[in-house]
Amino acid sequence: MLEARQLSYGHGDARHLAPFDLTLAGGELSVVLGPNGAGKSTLLGLLSGLLRPAAGEVKLLGQPLQRYDLRQRAQHLAVLLQQQPLDFAFSVREVIAMGGYPLNLSAPEQDARIAQLAQALDLDALLARSYLTLSGGEAQRVQLARVLAQRGREPSVILLDEPLAALDLRHQHQALELLKTLVAQGYAVLCVLHDLNLAAHYADRVLLLRDGQLAYQGTVDAVMQAERLSALFEVQIERHRCDDGRPLFISRGRGDAVCG
Amino acid sequence: MQAFAQSPVLFRALLILALLLACLASLNLGAFDISPDAWITPDSDAGRVLYQLRLPRLLLTLFAGALLGATGAAAQALFRNPLADPSLIGVSAGSALAVVSLMVLAGGWLRLHGIDLLAMPLAAFGGGLAATLLVMRLARTLSGVSVTTLLLTGMAVNAIASAGIGMLKYLADGVSLRQASFWLLGNLAVEGWLPVLVLMTIAFPVLMLLAREGRELNVLLLGVSQAQLLGVDVESLQRRLVLLCALGVGAVVAFGGLIGFVGLIVPHLVRLLCGPDNRYLLPHSALLGALFLVVADLLSRLLVAPAQLPIGILTALVGGPFFLLILLSRLNAGARHA
Repeated sequence: MLEARQLSYGHGDARHLAPFDLTLAGGELSVVLGPNGAGKSTLLGLLSGLLRPAAGEVKLLGQPLQRYDLRQRAQHLAVLLQQQPLDFAFSVREVIAMGGYPLNLSAPEQDARIAQLAQALDLDALLARSYLTLSGGEAQRVQLARVLAQRGREPSVILLDEPLAALDLRHQHQALELLKTLVAQGYAVLCVLHDLNLAAHYADRVLLLRDGQLAYQGTVDAVMQAERLSALFEVQIERHRCDDGRPLFISRGRGDAVCG
Repeated sequence: MQAFAQSPVLFRALLILALLLACLASLNLGAFDISPDAWITPDSDAGRVLYQLRLPRLLLTLFAGALLGATGAAAQALFRNPLADPSLIGVSAGSALAVVSLMVLAGGWLRLHGIDLLAMPLAAFGGGLAATLLVMRLARTLSGVSVTTLLLTGMAVNAIASAGIGMLKYLADGVSLRQASFWLLGNLAVEGWLPVLVLMTIAFPVLMLLAREGRELNVLLLGVSQAQLLGVDVESLQRRLVLLCALGVGAVVAFGGLIGFVGLIVPHLVRLLCGPDNRYLLPHSALLGALFLVVADLLSRLLVAPAQLPIGILTALVGGPFFLLILLSRLNAGARHA
């Protein structure tokens, strides 16, 4: 659904991203992992068309991204950026409804989407509340709901930059289960995560970013190896296996650190 | 609060009713008693007061208030900041500097050639546009526009404009000095219909075009990048808003002088009563702005009758403390969130 060919950004500056190929297929949840400053947000900026690449191109549903007008593009590509402040007392319902802006939804369609997302993300009780009174985690869930309300009627692409930031454990799983439901319907979802175990549990494909390079991409088993992750994050990471056969990662902290 | 959030139509109906009552009061009350006969005898003294003074003044006030209310709401969406009043961030001062320059340096010549009524709004538009672009450029950071930078930039623009106006007043002859000083305090007194027609010609398209941008403005409040990702052509929207705000504020400054704080108080009250949805905020701010200014103008004529209090003093007396109240409540909210 979304294809990047020899895409790169910057010329050796702080947000440099080396040329890479990437394909996001429908029915797949791809998770981007990497330390701070590795280029995760830059990657999303390039894929969403917000950043102009130094070279290469992005194709959305077979057509170059820049051929779309902004509204058309927004009908096939929903993107969550890291949170920006909203200084006006919109209700939670109003904020989620803004996601429907590019779609020309009828009022009943819009209401049905809001109701479905509110239920899936545990926002039912908050719909009438002012956005300004929400906690960080609640606001994050509302923003996620808004972006998912923007998803196209037909399966399309959803890019999420740290959608689980500030979410508690239950809501982290709830959000990822919702994303898996959308993936099962044929959507292509890519999200930036920091939790290795959540990534291993939910991802169909993992992308590892290191110093502005898309170093590895592939299945959880192929990419998430303990030594590789330890070197990437500069902490000791052990890989174990759960009863159901899934990998379980435990970080032991920095090897040279003194623990009290 | 937001008592009318679920019933914007009722809110609009109440505003229109209150505005009609205020208009009736404004036409009938004042230093000169108007009898009902005056309406059918335009050549009598009372008729002349009604048709040549009060009615044009009322319409001028009405459209000036509507423009100040709506451009205030639009500026706040443009800067994504509820404190962005055109008078606080220097747009009005930019317009004022341009108009005073014209008054002092070429006022006599313009009047002589009969083009002062056209030149003043043009100069005010140019000055307001320059100030808006300057503030936008200086106050914008990577994550949007911060309150602190915005207000500080506004302070700097206001200070520069005040210095320029002070210099011009120092250079002015007696007539221009009196004219400029009185005008700067805010004055909606008008004789005849020409200024009203010019203001209405500007106000109608500006208000109509602003009212059409409601949905885009809502999305813009999510942030520039996020709005782009939702399909809004942000650059084009910002250009339209800057032009419309400078045109609207410039027109009011040209005919009414400096009338501060209306663009801050009015959208704030509308948001408190009816919520922040710009589809309703813009038309409601225009209506409440008109109501606010008609009442303020009536008070300015009645409080020290038969003299008149400059309306800018009155709006600043209400607006200054109101601004402090908003700042205090934001500080308290910030402390609670910290």
